[in-house]
Amino acid sequence: MGGVEGYMYPNEINLYWSVLIVVYPYVTGLVAGAFILASLVRIFNVKEVAPTYRLALLTALAFLIVAPLPLLLHLGHPERCFEMYFTPHDTSAMAMFGYVYIWYLMAVLLFEIWLDFRHDIILTARSSKGLKRAFYVLLSLGSNNTSEHSLAVDERAGWIVTLIGIPSAFLLHGYVGFIFGSIKANPWWSSPLMPVVFIFSAMVSGIALVLLVYMFTTRARHREIDMPCVDTIARYLLYIFIIDFVMEMLDLVHRIYVADESFRSINFMVHTKLYFSQIVLQIYIGTLVPLILLGIVQVTRLSPSLRKAIYALSAALIEIAVVSMRWNVVIGGQLFSKSFLGYTTYKIGLITHEGLFMAVFLTLLPLAFLWVLVKILPPWPELKRGMNRVASVTMP
Amino acid sequence: MKNFRDSEHLLRFAFLFAMVLALFLIVRHFVVPKSFGEYGHYRGAAIGETAARPIHFAGQSACATCHTDIAATKQAGMHAGVHCEACHGPLAKHAADPASVQPPKLDTAVLCVRCHAASAAKPKNFPQVAAAEHSGGLVCETCHHPHSPAIQSEGAK
Repeated sequence: MGGVEGYMYPNEINLYWSVLIVVYPYVTGLVAGAFILASLVRIFNVKEVAPTYRLALLTALAFLIVAPLPLLLHLGHPERCFEMYFTPHDTSAMAMFGYVYIWYLMAVLLFEIWLDFRHDIILTARSSKGLKRAFYVLLSLGSNNTSEHSLAVDERAGWIVTLIGIPSAFLLHGYVGFIFGSIKANPWWSSPLMPVVFIFSAMVSGIALVLLVYMFTTRARHREIDMPCVDTIARYLLYIFIIDFVMEMLDLVHRIYVADESFRSINFMVHTKLYFSQIVLQIYIGTLVPLILLGIVQVTRLSPSLRKAIYALSAALIEIAVVSMRWNVVIGGQLFSKSFLGYTTYKIGLITHEGLFMAVFLTLLPLAFLWVLVKILPPWPELKRGMNRVASVTMP
Repeated sequence: MKNFRDSEHLLRFAFLFAMVLALFLIVRHFVVPKSFGEYGHYRGAAIGETAARPIHFAGQSACATCHTDIAATKQAGMHAGVHCEACHGPLAKHAADPASVQPPKLDTAVLCVRCHAASAAKPKNFPQVAAAEHSGGLVCETCHHPHSPAIQSEGAK
């Protein structure tokens, strides 16, 4: 049979989870990562990163809107997704995640964005006419209070929301790892480290994405890139990436040391079918190269232009690494037989509804949403009315 | 009072949140069937609806009522565990009116390989053949009687 080596059970020959299930954890991870970067400013008071705070929030929202779409397209009956909300089963992790998603969207992200942009929304409404004014009045929910005290209330409420948001972001992406990690029938997935690895790789991918978006949009607007800002982001990116890499290697070393019945099969796969995506793309190009590059910046004095180039390159490579990691987990976990005697092949479609074009489209779609969001709520630091409150207010 | 006025906008968002929640609960009230959860995590009325559906299978005992000889042959052979309608299809109508509803004649060349075509996924002790090589083009019932397929039992109809 074409594409099959050795012995596969009949139901293992075709992969059920396609490239869209690769896109799904990748996009969800970007949401969590972008939010964690925003929380650095609010909760951990890392003032240098303040220029990216609002952009990070809007990026998280744009990607969160798209996050369920790969799943819905994968389903045979996407209209049934509401059943999960209407009649959730308490033993279904997926059903519980539906509520986590809504909680994160409504109570965390939308609320925090609204609090942070409320002042700007009101001022835009006041200075606009006609439909535009009506739209911004609607966005402000009719609120028209811009007193110092009301803005201070926004800050305090925003701080609390972010504080709640951090565990929510961890929950949002930890769940994705949990889903894979709890599939005990599949040795490639079944690992309690899976949620942890997913969370850290999510943070890395989200921070790298906001770094890229910030550098690109700043350059596109002919503004100066705030070097202390990108230096700080790159430093945090390096730290978190080191933890992520260590976690993944810990998982790998643990598998090699334990060498259970699945090891021979998995080992073979990593050296053949997954060699390019895991060893070459994920580990060598996507992890070691950016780790070395970001490490060099920390121990040497390089010019700003060279640092910017290194950051952009490293962030792009990190995105490749995280996409590869998702691919290796989702697709890799379905390429070998539970009998450990055979391997199948994933033949990706191009223009099918679960094909490559759709995957690329869904990965880029959030950028279109981000463009719209940025037009409605400009996040640029120089446009923030009054003082740069986020950076200046230190909450208890 | 001033404190409330400066915090009042938070209530606006809370109100929006409450509106979304209320809308969800209203929609849920109308779309979730009334009998959902009556016995478990499913629609309770589904049991009655399923029970009310027409019966298609007569059951082995209905077949044996008339076809006693075949039932006895089958019972003594390798196919004792295979119910009549597994091969002949659902025949409740035939059982209810044997004279006017006749079951279709089966083609053993097609039927037997559904179970007995060789596959590595089947247990080793399950009888399985590569049909083209095994029979040389002859239909299965030339050698095997379907109701008692072992060749040595040929004649024991």
